[in-house]
Amino acid sequence: MASRAPLHSPLGLLAEVTHRCPLGCPYCSNPLALDPREQELDTATWVRVLREASALGVLQVHLSGGEPAARRDLLAITQAAHEAGLYCNLITSAVGLAPKRLAALAAAGLDHVQISIQDSIASSADHIAGYDGAFARKLALAAEVVRLAMPLTVNAVVHRANIERISDMVDLAITLGASRVEIAHVQYHGWALANRARLMPTPAQVERAVALVEELRSRHRGRIVIDAVVPDYYARYPKPCAGGWARRSLNVTPVGKVLPCHAAESITGLEFWNVREHSLSDIWANSPAFNAFRGSGWMKEPCVSCPRREQDFGGCRCQAFALTGDAAAADPVCHLSPAHGLVAKLASVTEDGSYSYRRM
Amino acid sequence: MGDAPKISIASDGRPRLPRGVRLVHNEAHGGWVLLAPERVFKADAVAAEVIKRCDGNASLSEIIDDLARTYSAPREKIAEDVNALLSGLADKKLLEL
Repeated sequence: MASRAPLHSPLGLLAEVTHRCPLGCPYCSNPLALDPREQELDTATWVRVLREASALGVLQVHLSGGEPAARRDLLAITQAAHEAGLYCNLITSAVGLAPKRLAALAAAGLDHVQISIQDSIASSADHIAGYDGAFARKLALAAEVVRLAMPLTVNAVVHRANIERISDMVDLAITLGASRVEIAHVQYHGWALANRARLMPTPAQVERAVALVEELRSRHRGRIVIDAVVPDYYARYPKPCAGGWARRSLNVTPVGKVLPCHAAESITGLEFWNVREHSLSDIWANSPAFNAFRGSGWMKEPCVSCPRREQDFGGCRCQAFALTGDAAAADPVCHLSPAHGLVAKLASVTEDGSYSYRRM
Repeated sequence: MGDAPKISIASDGRPRLPRGVRLVHNEAHGGWVLLAPERVFKADAVAAEVIKRCDGNASLSEIIDDLARTYSAPREKIAEDVNALLSGLADKKLLEL
């Protein structure tokens, strides 16, 4: 048996409490086969999972989905996270979360709220979300977060339809009172992969956007923190996806499957364990899916001899699988990957048809 | 970018952690960590001693006095380190001045 590096504790748990969501964003990274409501974990199981996460060393829980507010027991789940000593972050579309309920979550110990926006212009934002009136509700809930003195992050996913308004979206985040804004280029998994040609920006747009984010960072320094998720397909080196496979975080799906990252189910042939049958610490240490790409023993060339192998861990396993059919290959975003030419080819494929909206 | 002027802190300012930023001790992660929106920062023992004193009551100069006394270190050196640490935190919105 091969020797293993000592196992570190995870830092974060992404709790996808439901896949239900009123919005239909075409860049959603949820899988195409969404978990149905009838199979979702019940409250008691989530409470147990949160306690087990804390005992395992997890520091932060991110309540996400889908739209977490679609669950009637969101308050009980938030309370349990707080009581387990976890830093509790709510990632919400703001649709379906009334101000009164938000106040109750704040009182229960919610630490931070992250609201997505789809654009800085209402009509375009609502078109992208596939939901009339969503934008206005987001602005209203953001105001409520600030009124409750909770820190607010605005999260903007960037693609061809809104990439020219990054500066306006950052200004909007500042106006709303956010202390942090995420400018995240689309990562092509799940629904986003299905919509890739309709979302893909042009190389010129990407180049301008990257330079602009740097300029905005220095212009707004001390006023708002700007975090950027890089446009993958135009990179020279891959990103260390989730900080490395099974190194820093885990993800529990609505039905209780535990994944090393939210897109991991797209890799066929992996065996995921479920919190209904195993404790979280057992899964973290022993689940076949977690151990499949942990460390560097699974690597091939060009990764295995690469001086960056402990920095980017070969990039994203899901992307390697989606583009090459081999989850142990180098992420083709890397210029050293033999399949790198494919990425540029895919990035040049654009079409202007209507989106395939994310629907159950 | 790296040499942009950092935020300066007035000596009578009373720094504190904003809501949503917490300093916690965690055995599994080997000591002190600062928890913030979507971010986790490891704090060494010295940084933790400084951050613990940022309670919104003590002024910056009182914090420096206290640390100089506690660690019997020259005030000037402490002031330099504390200023560098706190302005870095303020820059990342991890501290209110």
